[in-house]
Order: sequence, then C-alpha cells, then structure tokens
Amino acid sequence: MFQVILKRLLMLVPVLIGITLIGFLLLQVMPGDPASRAMGTRASPEELEAMRRLWGLDQPVWVQYLYFLRDCVTGSFGVSIFHKLPVIDLVAARLPFTLGIVLYSTLIALLVALPFAIMAALNRGNPVDSAIRQVFVVLIAMPPFWLCYVLILWLALGLGWFPTGGVGDGFAANVYRLFLPSLVVGLSTAALIQQSLRSALIDTMKADYVDTARAKGLNGRAVFLRHILPNSLISTISIIGVRVSWIIGGTVVVEKIFSVPGLGSLLIDAIVSRDLPVIRGLTVFFAIMVVIVNLITDICYALADPRVRLE
Amino acid sequence: MSLLSIRDLRTEFSGPAGIARAVDGVSFDVEPGEIFGIVGESGCGKSATCRSILHLFGGAPARIAGGQILLEGTGDIARMTERDLSRVRGREVAFIFQDPLTALNPTMRIGKQIAEVIRCHRKVSKTEARAAALDLLREVQVTSPERRLDAYPHELSGGLRQRVVIAMALALRPRLIIADEPTTALDVTVQDQILRLLRERRDSTGTSIILVTHDLGVVSQICDRMAVMYAGRVVETGSVRQVLDTPSHPYTRALLAALPGQTGRERDLTPIEGSPPGLISPPPGCRFAPRCRFARPECAVGQPPALHPRGETAHLDACILTEVPDVLA
Repeated sequence: MFQVILKRLLMLVPVLIGITLIGFLLLQVMPGDPASRAMGTRASPEELEAMRRLWGLDQPVWVQYLYFLRDCVTGSFGVSIFHKLPVIDLVAARLPFTLGIVLYSTLIALLVALPFAIMAALNRGNPVDSAIRQVFVVLIAMPPFWLCYVLILWLALGLGWFPTGGVGDGFAANVYRLFLPSLVVGLSTAALIQQSLRSALIDTMKADYVDTARAKGLNGRAVFLRHILPNSLISTISIIGVRVSWIIGGTVVVEKIFSVPGLGSLLIDAIVSRDLPVIRGLTVFFAIMVVIVNLITDICYALADPRVRLE
Repeated sequence: MSLLSIRDLRTEFSGPAGIARAVDGVSFDVEPGEIFGIVGESGCGKSATCRSILHLFGGAPARIAGGQILLEGTGDIARMTERDLSRVRGREVAFIFQDPLTALNPTMRIGKQIAEVIRCHRKVSKTEARAAALDLLREVQVTSPERRLDAYPHELSGGLRQRVVIAMALALRPRLIIADEPTTALDVTVQDQILRLLRERRDSTGTSIILVTHDLGVVSQICDRMAVMYAGRVVETGSVRQVLDTPSHPYTRALLAALPGQTGRERDLTPIEGSPPGLISPPPGCRFAPRCRFARPECAVGQPPALHPRGETAHLDACILTEVPDVLA
C-alpha cells in the first residue's frame, strides 16, 4: 500500500512538468502587461521598465520558465506581483476556505442525495420516483450563480437566517457562514450522486447475492443495509472523487458571490490584475490537488471493493 | 405425509408484452430425505417453480397467482407474508443458486456471509457464529478452512465458492434444500464433486433436496424421483428409474432421444423439431402437441391434460394417448 502511494506520488513529476510548461506558455500569449497593471496608469515608462526588470519580465521566455521551475522546486511557487508575498503563503491562507467548501458541500450532498436515491430506488417506476427525478433535474439545470442569488434573497436578506457572505473566525462560525455557498455547490453534487446511486441501487437489487441474502432469512431492512447499500455506494466514490477535483478549482463563481477568500477568488483576482506568478502557481497547485484527490479516490475504492487492487 | 406438497402452483411474470404464466398448474410432492430432480429445457418454468417456493424472484415482477405450497408442519408457504417467510427461509428451506460467483456478496468475507445465516435465526455471539462457519467449511470439505474464512468470494475457485454456498445452505440443518442448477456454472470435473457432496450431505443429515437441472445425466446419477417440465407444466413424474427407463410422455422420450447415446455418435441424436410455445398465450390442449410426432387432433383442444397414473403406481404423465408407439425409446 505504502509503496503504491509512493509510486503514484512519483508519477506526479512528469505530470507537473507538463502542467508547468503548458501553464507557462498559455500565460505568455495572454494579453496585458503585469507591470502597468501593478503600477497604475500614471507610472512613467522608466518606472514600468524598472518594475519589469524587478519581476524578471525583461528576461527571455525560457529564462522566465526556469525561474518559475526554481520557485516550484523551492516551494514558494513564485512571488505575487500584486500582494508581494510568496504564492504558497497566499494559497495556504485561502486553502482552508476552499477545502471547507469542498468537504462541507460533499457532506450536504450526501445528506441530501442518500435518502432521495434510496426513496427513488425503492419506488422505481412509480410517481414518487419520477417526482424525485424531476426535482433533481431542475437542480442540475439551475445555474449556480442564479441559485446563489436566490438563496441570498430568500434565506439571507428575506428571512435573515444567514449572512449574505464573508467568512468568520473559528470552526463554528464558518460552519454557519459557509453554509449557503456549500449548499449551492452541494446541491449540484447531490443531483449527480442521487442519479448514479439510484441506478446503482436498482442494479444491485437484482443481484443474485441479494436473493441469497433474502434466502438466508434476513429481513428486508437487513438485506438493504448490509448487502444492497454498501455495494451500491462503491460507484458513488468515483463520482465524489471526480466532483471534488472539479470543485477545488471550480468554486470561482460561488466564492466571488459569497465573498469567500478561497482559491477560486484568488485565481480570479490574479487573472484580473495579470498577477502571473499567482496564476502559474495556482495552476500547478490545482494539478497537484487533482492528482492527490485521484489517489485518495483510488485508495477509498480499493478499501471499499476487495476486488479492486491498487496498481 | 410428504415434506413438501406443491398443488396447482401458478406463478406469473408481468412484462411489457403481457403476463407470462411461467408456472401454470404445477403439482408434485417431495418426500423426507429424497433428492427430487426437476428437468426441462430453458424457460420451461423449473427455476420459477423453485423460486416460487421461497418467493425469491430476483427483483423480477413476479407473483404467485394461485395454488398451494404446503410444507409439513409449517402450512401454506404460497400465502405467507414476508415476515413469516423470513422464518422459513434459511432455517426450514435453504436455496443454492446457479452461479456461486454472483450468489455471494463480492464485498463481504466468506466467514461473515456464512455466519450471517446463523446469526439471523439464532442468538449467538460473533465468535460462536464464526466457529460454526469454520465447522461448516470443514463439513463441505473446503481445504484450509481457517484461511478461507477471511477470503473474499473472488479469491476462491468456482468449486470452492459453490461449497461455500452449500455450507450456507446446510448451516441451520434445513429440512429442504432447493438447488437451482448448482453445477451448471462449474467445470465438468468440479460438477461431479459438488453432486457427490450434495448426496453425501443428504445421506448424513437426512435433508430433502430439490435439484433443478437440464442435465438428465445428473438426474440419473443422484436423484430418487423426478419431474419433467414443459412450458410451465409437469408432463411426467415418477421414480428416476420409471421415468428414464420407461418414459411414457412423448416429450420425455424426445428429450432422451436427443441425448448422445452410449456410442456418442452424431446420427444417434434426434433433435426435437420446433421450439417451446410462448407462455403469454400458450396453445390450447397439450402444450407439446405442436411439436409432438404422435399428436392427434384431440390433443390440441381444451385444457392442458392433467397428470394421471400410467401403468405403475406413482408414475404419472400428462399425455391423453393411451398407447404411444415405442419407436423412440
């Protein structure tokens, strides 16, 4: 197990080299001058030139790339032009909020999806099943930004139950304050999980070993909890894995609307201010996260299904 | 009194094309301690008959539409609620499924799956149930049973898996074990071992076994009595010697003629022309009539003929012809 994990982490190296190269080259073709963005419109040409020299922007492209690689290896991932801080420090300060939304939204998704998937599977083909399906299709179809504003208008401004945005100090404060953004992300996840779990449950119910369990004399509840549900949940693991790697870099809209200082809003701000080191650093960081999330998914899969071996 | 008496059992499967009477008026008895074979082509209702006994239809839209399934001392299983059934299942009547790979939960260890039957009906600790599971694995002659307890089904061979399934069936010493084609999914060499094991367990525990198969060789090897099914009905029943040595129903004769003989040469085989009728709206009269070489006009009218004695006692068939020419036997 440990060796497999080590091997998989070593496989990160070629992935990262590819990501740094692509990320770096894409930014080279992006229009806009970081120096003029940082200095403002009233800076003199000399000042801009000094700025470019300071940030290494006057160097040939391949030299800039090597600097970038050096920063990645040393762990700083470069220094932000706008914040004048190492990118890794910016990431470290914002990661907890993004990870918070990731975990919180997945928890909400499971709490929403599980009962409805079970209810739909047990009532397959009848009105209860189709009613649940309609609701979740609507959930998938709703654009997150729109849902954000609906929730803000209804639950935050209307009923005053939740703040309209921002984060708080400490765990409990953030469980409260991150509820609405996590709910928006979680509802889309819930729709995905509900649909796949429903069909997994229906498939598993037809399995021979379910008849075997029934033939043992187990009651319906025990058959469901011990045999049908655990085997159906295996397919949900991969859905959550894919979804989590997407959320890590994909909460931009939600973070912006709810003023959550997470990685998504850091990325947007960096793009707007042409803060090249931050954009590059985040690209690499997101790639690392995706690989790690995939690894964790595979480990969970192997733990849940003894037929699966970690390769 | 018989251990199990099935009377006029009717089981329906509803599908998009209509209602199929997979089991349409089946009656037979199983005596204590006997191995009762049910043979027939695919789709003749032999599996559906067996699954009806414990109401296990694998999630298919099936229901018992009529008839009785009388288990000695327990009453009519056909009309039982799920709640009462769960006391019969595993304890009084156990089931062995065709494919031992799909019949075992892939994510649960063998020992736990066996222990589950015991813990479901008896108040025993996990340790006791595990010890009992180990004894059962020994009983079904699983090699190095201690190691197998913690194995997952995919780590075992097909033969071992079927032994595990048999161990689960034997766990509570049921009076009846229903084995639905228990050897079909196995290698020929393993088939023989599994059949021997079943017979040996019958000999030492006195349990009755219903053995569903499409293999007449298997029937003649281990069964005491048998029923031949065609299109949802029993067409002939009696002792294995009576039915196989002096078959009286034209379908049974045709089945036997379609088997390779002692010489095994191709020209000895006589295939049955045509195919079985659909079960949604079967033809009137004898269901085999359209394929029967001896059919007369009166065979294809009215209700399907009932089983009636043919010569010796307890040898019944459902053919209205008094004299069937003996050309095929």
